[in-house]
Amino acid sequence: MISKIVASTAEAVAGIQDGSSVMIGGFGVAGQPVELIDALLESSSATDLTIISNNAGNGDTGIAALLASGRVRKVICSFPRQSDSHVFDELYRAGKLELELVPQGNLAERIRAAGAGIGGFFTPTGFGTTLAEGKETRVIDGRNYVLEAPIHADVALIKAVAGDRWGNLIYRKTARNFGPIMATAAKLSIVQVDRIVELGELDPEAVVTPGIFVKRLVQIESNAAVSEGAAQ
Amino acid sequence: MAERVARDIPEGAYVNLGIGLPTKISDYLPSDREVILHTENGMLGMGPAAVGDEIDQDLMNAGKIPVTELAGSSFFHHADSFAMMRGGHLDVCVLGAFQVSETGDLANWHTGAPDAIPAVGGAMDLATGAKDVYVLMELTTKTGTSKLVKELTYPVTGIGCVTRLYTDRAVFALGAEGASVIETFGDTTIDELRELTGLELKDAR
Repeated sequence: MISKIVASTAEAVAGIQDGSSVMIGGFGVAGQPVELIDALLESSSATDLTIISNNAGNGDTGIAALLASGRVRKVICSFPRQSDSHVFDELYRAGKLELELVPQGNLAERIRAAGAGIGGFFTPTGFGTTLAEGKETRVIDGRNYVLEAPIHADVALIKAVAGDRWGNLIYRKTARNFGPIMATAAKLSIVQVDRIVELGELDPEAVVTPGIFVKRLVQIESNAAVSEGAAQ
Repeated sequence: MAERVARDIPEGAYVNLGIGLPTKISDYLPSDREVILHTENGMLGMGPAAVGDEIDQDLMNAGKIPVTELAGSSFFHHADSFAMMRGGHLDVCVLGAFQVSETGDLANWHTGAPDAIPAVGGAMDLATGAKDVYVLMELTTKTGTSKLVKELTYPVTGIGCVTRLYTDRAVFALGAEGASVIETFGDTTIDELRELTGLELKDAR
């Protein structure tokens, strides 16, 4: 019997190696796998990490706490600067954190390309800007394009609203954001869900991430009640 | 200004309104006109900002402001969202800017200041993706310098991408041929605009 369900967030993040690249889903708080990030911080000692996420943390929790722990070497993201991104700001200004800034759509497509086995793609986004410096360019049908490489990861931390033991997932509203593509691009995709449901309970027409992309699934009990009412 | 842009957004248009001033445009869209708003974090059919009990942490716009969903809305992941943009499916995107050149080059992502922390978000994707890119900004800086310029001095976001510029003084059409004035407000004259911007500015009113 296939079961990707694990009992705890500690078990979910077990075995993450030093030097790993870790994708973290979410756009602001929507879809941020807070409990998995906490587990990476508390239950894992993995260091020298590369974090791939849209933002670089805000306040003092989640990604910001991970950065503050000193275990992150590099951040690949589109929008690190926010009103309360003081942890990132300080580390970056002190030269303690490497930043690869990527336009948001290129970030998404590079992740999608990795998951789809695409070796690179030409995109018009960023042509002629400092973010495309040094990259190969090409004119296609009279338009300028930049060659972008896929972004693979060792691990992805994702939040979904519900999943079954095969790893099929559904998301909720704009919390979907990077989850489905990150699940495809990482060797070890770890998902926290508000609810684990019986096999067959998810409408196959409505499954967003098929279980093939998921390795581990953990239920966060405290979130279940919240989503129960809202997701119906 | 936002009201003026709203007038130019036609029935049936798929539109992305950038963070800041452009979001106000939705307040002026006539209620009898169906315009579908896209937010790049993964939604079509976005409704007005959420208030009170409507606030839901899983339902945000690109500015991370809680919003509502309208009947007919849909959700999708980030790669699909930017495929809508990059693939030319969005009709109009309205952005703010630091500077715009007469040929439609856009600067809105980075001041270039040495201690500034760079952040780009979806700015470059929006600039190159929509069929029409409109910019909404004050014509001058706080010190009275024109933000419509011959050549950008700020780092570029996209080259030749802006087709129309809406300001407090006038509306401009931009393109490879340069800028032309298509409407002036109040007692603004073309000669005043020419002096302010240092550009030739065709009169196309």
